[in-house]
Amino acid sequence: MATVIESKKACTVNPLKMSQPLGACYAFMGLDNCMPMMHGSQGCTSFGLVLLVRHFKEAIPMQTTAMNEVSTILGGLENIEQAVLNIKKRANPSIIAIASTGLTETKGDDVDGYLNLIRRKHGEALTGTEIVYVSTPDYVGAFEDGWGKAVLAVIDAFAQPCDRDAGLVNLLPGAHLTPADIEELRETIEAFDLRVQVLPDISGSLDGHIPDNFTPTTLGGTRVDTLRRVGAAAATLAVGARMDAAAAAIEERCGVPFRVFDRLTGLAAVDDFLQYLSELSGRPVPPKYRRARTQLLDVMLDAHFWVGGRKMAIGAEPDLLYALATTAAEMGAEVVAAVSTTPSRVLEAVPCAEVLLGDLEDLEMRAKAAGAELFITHAHGRQSAARLGIPLLREGLPMFDRLGAAHVLRVGYRGTRELILGWANTFLADEHVNTPEDWPLPQESIVAASEGSQASGCGSGGCGCASSAEIPETVASGT
Amino acid sequence: MDARVSAKIQDVFEEPACEHNQNKSAKEKKKGCTKQLSPGAAAGGCAFDGAKVALQPIVDVAHLVHGPIACEGNSWDNRNSSSSTSQLYRTGFTTDINELDVIYGGEKRLFKSVKEIIEKYDPPAVFVYQTCVTALIGDDIEAVCKKASEKFGKPVIPVNSPGFVGPKNLGNKLGAEALLDYVIGTEEPEFVTPYDINIIGEYNLAGELWQVKPLLDALGVRILSCISGDGRYKEVAYSHRAKAAMMVCSKSMINIARKMDERYDIPFFEGSFYGIGDMSETLREIARLLVEKGAPEELKVRTEALIAVEEKRAFERIAAYRPRLEGKKVLLITGGVKSWSVVAALQEAGLEIVGTSVKKSTKEDKEKIKELMGQDAHMIDDMTPREMYAMLKDAKADIMLSGGRSQFIALKAKMPWLDINQERHHAYAGYEGMVDLVREIDKALYNPIWEQVRRPAPWDVAVA
Repeated sequence: MATVIESKKACTVNPLKMSQPLGACYAFMGLDNCMPMMHGSQGCTSFGLVLLVRHFKEAIPMQTTAMNEVSTILGGLENIEQAVLNIKKRANPSIIAIASTGLTETKGDDVDGYLNLIRRKHGEALTGTEIVYVSTPDYVGAFEDGWGKAVLAVIDAFAQPCDRDAGLVNLLPGAHLTPADIEELRETIEAFDLRVQVLPDISGSLDGHIPDNFTPTTLGGTRVDTLRRVGAAAATLAVGARMDAAAAAIEERCGVPFRVFDRLTGLAAVDDFLQYLSELSGRPVPPKYRRARTQLLDVMLDAHFWVGGRKMAIGAEPDLLYALATTAAEMGAEVVAAVSTTPSRVLEAVPCAEVLLGDLEDLEMRAKAAGAELFITHAHGRQSAARLGIPLLREGLPMFDRLGAAHVLRVGYRGTRELILGWANTFLADEHVNTPEDWPLPQESIVAASEGSQASGCGSGGCGCASSAEIPETVASGT
Repeated sequence: MDARVSAKIQDVFEEPACEHNQNKSAKEKKKGCTKQLSPGAAAGGCAFDGAKVALQPIVDVAHLVHGPIACEGNSWDNRNSSSSTSQLYRTGFTTDINELDVIYGGEKRLFKSVKEIIEKYDPPAVFVYQTCVTALIGDDIEAVCKKASEKFGKPVIPVNSPGFVGPKNLGNKLGAEALLDYVIGTEEPEFVTPYDINIIGEYNLAGELWQVKPLLDALGVRILSCISGDGRYKEVAYSHRAKAAMMVCSKSMINIARKMDERYDIPFFEGSFYGIGDMSETLREIARLLVEKGAPEELKVRTEALIAVEEKRAFERIAAYRPRLEGKKVLLITGGVKSWSVVAALQEAGLEIVGTSVKKSTKEDKEKIKELMGQDAHMIDDMTPREMYAMLKDAKADIMLSGGRSQFIALKAKMPWLDINQERHHAYAGYEGMVDLVREIDKALYNPIWEQVRRPAPWDVAVA
């Protein structure tokens, strides 16, 4: 179990962390026909947009209130008003979802107040378009926090008590789940004859499908009418500790009981999940998953030769770090360095002596000191891994120098299988070929073999072949 | 706003070498060249982005961003500007300020950050970038940099271009101002030659400078300093000893070119490495300016000989694609010089340009387009993504050449697309680059996937 410490450095070098508003907008991407918007200067949106485009290789709808120094000082009411009307006119989305930034939070814009004024003034013009707001200053928290807060804000805006539907469940995926992960969980839940509504559902919008027509907003995701029906579910399943608050909020408002699964990667965690679904639905675990389970067992058996005892350095946001590190430890690997971005209750449970809230420079130095053999983090770890001369496995966002980020699967038996195979194959590919020089004898043995005396050591004492305390003064000084 | 920043912005707005400005009244000039951004309908980077983009290609410098995590954390190491030596410019340094810094000020953290960087990485200089939040709370980066320079005996350069002062293009110029104020003219080269030039506004994306450098090497022309692609700090610092300069990429750093002409008598011309004719014209201009400044006349003769050989070689290679590309329609969505500079090469390959965007182009750029494509050239001022999609979907164009932002518009319309903006991985400069561009277009157009992805699924055909 880990001690969580914070980096003492003034200067962050090679950031692991990304900002809250970006995490919030990423969550908003999972709402159908939505236009996410950052309330800040246009660079805030531009950087976030480029990052997501490079990760998903998809067009990303994201707007900005384009604040400048004057509007910042005077307050952003006018900019938000204009932006909302402009977006309504040009894209006519179902939802405009706004995240604040460091700039507008420093000034202290009362966006909730502004939105009340705007709704009052333009109520008619904005019919058919909901507006959601979340406060996410850049200088607090990280990407994962922004995602969590955005989901909470959406629930606050739409959740209401409704008639209970025993066959319906809510799924709240954490920021670390990919479109493929969500798809896998949906299929799994449906295999128990349950119906599922996912919030937010990036598998509908960022899975890389080709729509029949061009749309300037998100291409799919959770619909507004679904958001209003979260209270109808028999239960809420949340994945990742960051979703605690959102799951609890649905219970508080609508009385829907919830269960948070801290991870759905790793044999025991998935067993737990299927058992829960079986109890919830009153149906046995379908044969498909029983078979997938034995396939995973087989892969674990095959892979443990290569993964067991290997040293890994992992840098990721809390929920992803927890899922990866626990699975690694369950395979007998040693997590020798763990770096994360923001406090979370799961960090203490990471199987590593220490979890540092820091950057990729920290991870690199710790990996080096501990002799890590595998570097696991997002694509920005490429420079560190190259300097360390060890392989990099890309996990999390951004993954801009490989294709298929949307299709990476890390949950369920299948996802766990893929993950473990990836590790094992990396070690296999990197396997050391033995050479005649691999097992040299220590100097002591060579001297012993040539001179026939056992206790003399190398004679100098400086090589550490014998402790100097045992060597007489005259011998130690070489006289 | 910081009075120094507003003075700088005013100075940049009044840039006399910019022909936009020459046609303006004094009052218009004062208003500046920044179009008011439209909230909810804006795209593009901020002034910080622009300054960073302009200076980050100086490879041996530590580029430290003073601000919250968004400014560096969301954007670092995301450009394809190449280095032949140091990789330090790709290291992301940021003060990552927290809530307490916002309340008490971030200057101490900034000073400590500079200290940590110098102790750990020992770069020849540290560039400190101001951002919106730290500007708003009043952190004085000039003062911190001055103090740090004195304390550590190393140049610590303030780049005062917070995002909210304007768009990316303004940031380019504010970044350039930092070089003029603090770097250029502070060191001396070991030796000078009559063949020393500066290249200004070239960022060596995908290593494009290296497609051109062999030509200059062959002529004996030395790039004393490239600002800023594959640049080193000291090269920029002694760039004031060049004999002549070339200004690349429209006008992003026009202020450096003009002020160096004014201060150090380094004449400059505006040229481009994109397109065969432009490459040749650029070589001629370099030779002309160097000869004017005292280089032997024979440089011009050698230059012409080189141009003759290289043009022939390039056109021969491009003509080979003509039978395959003849009549194919190209939609060109880019900005500035590229709106016309690649047109000639594409036409040489038999391609037809059905439209070119002129959003970021100058009046001069537009004249050149007319010259190349005729009076009825289809110039697109501001095309919405929906219109681009429709144009491609209706097959009014066979391929779109554009920047990464619009690539998915083409791909989702199941049409070929080629990246010709800053994130591309292919180099398209010089004679070699144009041949490569035509080859890439050919590769994209004739890829067998197009036919497959456009064919409907068998069950859809059965229904229809």
